[in-house]
Amino acid sequence: MSEKLFSLLSGIIFGVGLVISGMTNPEKVIGFLSITHNWDASLIFVMGGAILVFAPFFYLMKNKETSSLGFKINLPQKKDLDKKILIGSSLFGVGWGLVGLCPGPAVSSIALFQPITLIFLIAMLVGVLANKYF
Amino acid sequence: MYNFTPYSALTGGIIIGCSVVLYFYTTGRLAGISGIFANALTSKTNKTSNLLFLLGLVIGPLGYFFLSSAPVKFEITNSYILIIIAGFLVGLGTRMGGGCTSGHGICGISRFSFRSIVATITFIITGVITVFILQQFGIYL
Repeated sequence: MSEKLFSLLSGIIFGVGLVISGMTNPEKVIGFLSITHNWDASLIFVMGGAILVFAPFFYLMKNKETSSLGFKINLPQKKDLDKKILIGSSLFGVGWGLVGLCPGPAVSSIALFQPITLIFLIAMLVGVLANKYF
Repeated sequence: MYNFTPYSALTGGIIIGCSVVLYFYTTGRLAGISGIFANALTSKTNKTSNLLFLLGLVIGPLGYFFLSSAPVKFEITNSYILIIIAGFLVGLGTRMGGGCTSGHGICGISRFSFRSIVATITFIITGVITVFILQQFGIYL
């Protein structure tokens, strides 16, 4: 039960952070990717701020085997690069640059009642399902 | 620098970091939103928790808008074609590449994961190229 409660709470905090950071506005993301014209470096501070908090915490916890609620610590096992991570990340970057939405802000912008983001989320789900064929 | 908001960006980033810490500390899982989204909708593993995380991603901003008087900015293209292509590529690309801005960009870099660092550099580069090309066609100024 409490694992579900903490999932909800983590989502709420994450969503509030996204809004305060300004990243729920696609214009800010496009501004970051527009390095040759009117560059807006804000996104670096968002990622940097989050890394600044999580990196030391992860370092302290990395040798633990279970979480505070007794769940197995679940980390990606792959260490080496492969074609999939390079092609996948490239495609993601193209989609990200086309409209300025990545998965977190896309979900959070449901709170803005913009029909256009629902269309984005449906297309995103189709993309997720399409990955089975690659 | 244009539109630059370092203080709110850093504040928001620190709050996001606290969420990632809380989620990892309690559930033992990394808060990668593309994975949470995909698993919530297509997998049975931790389905309820994943759906609740997504619900939180919506409730958090809703509550914030309700309590704060700050204007909410949301500027996006009005081209449905671009939206559909972008959504598809984000869904496919993040699953094929195993993460997005949160999973690779925040969690992965915090773990000093080589794969995530390369993935993050890759999607920023292709994102920059995409925006540059769109600007040549007069989309985005």
